[in-house]
Amino acid sequence: MALATTIGAGGEAARRRVHDQLTGGKSDVSGAIFRILLLLSLGVSLVVLAVLFTDVFTTGSSVFTSRAESFLSGGIRQRAETAGIFQAIRGTFWIGVFVVVFSFPIGVASAVYLEEYAAKGRLARLIDVNIRNLAGVPSIVYGILGLTIFVKQLSGVTGGRSLMSAGITLAVLVLPIVIITAAEAVRAVPTSLREAGYGVGATRWEVIRTQVLPYALPGIITGTVLSLARAIGEAAPLYLCGAITGLLPGKEGLLDASQFRDKFTALPVVIAEWSRNPREGFSEIAAAAIIVMLVIVLAMNTVAIALRTRYEKKRN
Amino acid sequence: MSDLPLPSPLLTLADLHGDRRRMRTERLVKVVLSAAAGVSVLISAGIIWSLARETFTFVTQVQWDTVLFSEGWFPRQGVYDLRTIFVGSLWVTAIAMAVAVPVGLGSAIYLSEYARPSVRRILKPTLEVLAGIPSVVLGFFALSVIAPSVVQRIFHNGLFSLTAAGIGVGILSIPLVASVSEDALRSVPQALREASYGMGAKRITTVTKVVVPAAVSGLVAAVILAVSRAIGETMVVFIAGGAAGNQVFQLNPLKPGLTMTAAMATQAQGTDQVVGEALTFQSLYFVGAVLFTITLALNLVADRFVRRVRQAY
Repeated sequence: MALATTIGAGGEAARRRVHDQLTGGKSDVSGAIFRILLLLSLGVSLVVLAVLFTDVFTTGSSVFTSRAESFLSGGIRQRAETAGIFQAIRGTFWIGVFVVVFSFPIGVASAVYLEEYAAKGRLARLIDVNIRNLAGVPSIVYGILGLTIFVKQLSGVTGGRSLMSAGITLAVLVLPIVIITAAEAVRAVPTSLREAGYGVGATRWEVIRTQVLPYALPGIITGTVLSLARAIGEAAPLYLCGAITGLLPGKEGLLDASQFRDKFTALPVVIAEWSRNPREGFSEIAAAAIIVMLVIVLAMNTVAIALRTRYEKKRN
Repeated sequence: MSDLPLPSPLLTLADLHGDRRRMRTERLVKVVLSAAAGVSVLISAGIIWSLARETFTFVTQVQWDTVLFSEGWFPRQGVYDLRTIFVGSLWVTAIAMAVAVPVGLGSAIYLSEYARPSVRRILKPTLEVLAGIPSVVLGFFALSVIAPSVVQRIFHNGLFSLTAAGIGVGILSIPLVASVSEDALRSVPQALREASYGMGAKRITTVTKVVVPAAVSGLVAAVILAVSRAIGETMVVFIAGGAAGNQVFQLNPLKPGLTMTAAMATQAQGTDQVVGEALTFQSLYFVGAVLFTITLALNLVADRFVRRVRQAY
């Protein structure tokens, strides 16, 4: 290409002639069709996203224009005109806190152990396979785990069908994803950094603490935020952990920790119930709740992806 | 060299061991970290233990003719026809794959083989955003857009159907198929493409006859993972499939139906009040165990295919 442009118009004519001779003068019809089909398949995702956003927005925005405050501060009700999502937001907020508090430290510690300590023997491979299989277990099966262990066996601690049971269940659900992404971030740390640390006499943990973890941190945080977004959107396990779909009493504030052992609901549960409800007004409030949910989840995704690209750029 | 001053006092082997406090921290950290890694094993054990006990009760006590050949899935009446929810899962998975495999594979081929880096940077986030959409939102979308504007317009059926739910699950699986396939295509060595071009092959020939066959085990893995994901997807079917806990056995995907996952979710909606038949509660675990076994098998197979790609190149 560069050659043709420097030679000028005559070069361009020559290039075309060679091209024609190689292709036999025929244009590549099947190639063009194939390429268009591929582009169309990418277009499907774009169209779906565009239609989804417009549909949700046009259906749900009326709720915000007519009664934004009562919708955001009200509790779940049987009637669409008075129902609100405050309790759902509160539940989702605390579930997020549980997920971060449990899955972040355990996930990062496991990843560091697997990447930095475990000899690449049979045990490490077993744990590795185990984690990847856990990541593929359907979310509703984690619901069974939550129901059996946290709701029933440990009801003395968790209070049974409570916010705490749900939060820990979802923390367990995303733990494999946190481990996998954190392990990738740790693996990407250059060996030279570690060797430099060992060279000046640091112990393994000192190298990890001062070299490996700071370098891997952006990647680890990206993974954790993405897992958090996933946990917050998960509804199926919450049904098994006893999320309330009807009437939920209680007027605790957002930050009141005494609600850990109480009954709860969450945004995805409320969305599912309202979406299914055929009565008038419910698809509007479902869409309005989806708007809130999408704002939270997409903001998290954006932050995570922006963080990743920023550090990738910095390092290259 | 020999007249350099020796360090005094002389460095001994004991000094290289480091001081005792640091070594103690080192040991402690190792114990703590390995305990954390052990949590994942505990979780697996917990899942299996949770499922096993009640499943055992169900399997040993249930009358098997109600599980295999009865009129439908009525857990509260003690009728647990497994075929009913199995057929539902099969339909949803088949329809989802009909959507996700061509679209996801096409997207992956374009991103890996055709798109310039600048185009890729714009198109790739679309798939990432789609991957981040919670499944309840796609459930709503399936019910409020796909069902009335696509499915009902073609087939003139009711609002709730397994077809609408299947299309929703398919959309949900597109990013998974696309990202696993793209990884597989990108790991095909550049030399193979160059050899093909060197022989005078067109781009479409290179892609379809060289790159895709070379990446085939990764592409198979992508499809298997997507199947596993579709079977395990709950909320889209729960919302758009339209079944209310009970379901008569039927084979028509244009009617409301239950999948294994949706059957579990509807049943759990009121686990507090479960009375009725003695084994109603246990049937939840039985279905969970079947689901767990199927997805585990699929994931293990997919893992093997992914590994094969890595070994080849």
